[in-house]
Amino acid sequence: MSAPLEALSAIMICTGGLFALFGALGLARFPDLLTRLHGPSKATTLGIGGVLLGSVLVGGESLREVLIALFVVLTTPVSALCIARAARAIGEAR
Amino acid sequence: MLETAIVFATACFGGALLLTLWRLVRGPGACDRILALDTLYLNVAALVVLHGIATRGAWQFEVALLIAVLGFIGTVATARFIERGDIVH
Repeated sequence: MSAPLEALSAIMICTGGLFALFGALGLARFPDLLTRLHGPSKATTLGIGGVLLGSVLVGGESLREVLIALFVVLTTPVSALCIARAARAIGEAR
Repeated sequence: MLETAIVFATACFGGALLLTLWRLVRGPGACDRILALDTLYLNVAALVVLHGIATRGAWQFEVALLIAVLGFIGTVATARFIERGDIVH
């Protein structure tokens, strides 16, 4: 494993961790449900995407990582939409 | 360098888990708790992937994929149940 690739992978993993931390911070600190939906549905997706990209760069099971990243990117908006619809149906979001 | 990055990212994901757990306990409504569970399983999948990078293992990625799939199904089923009262109609 070459050193620049490992450095790039370390940068991606650190960035992913920071994105996930900020997403959870938004989930904990935002005032409303519809604003709280933004933190996990974007920042946490970027966080897990960064960790998976770092794993691909350092040379692991590439196919499974790409599969996990694709699945997370495809399903996170769907689950956010379902949560927003449920919140509107029971009157938790105006 | 990679080991330091993995330790740092693990600490970040641990802090994210604590913040999410706080929202899960405190959250004023049911939808906040579903959202907190959604974030929780994504962070746990990322932690499993980090463990796979640290130990150069192969089975951790299958575990992470299973956690992602089952968590998505659980989130959608719970949101559907809250929205209209039944899951399969």
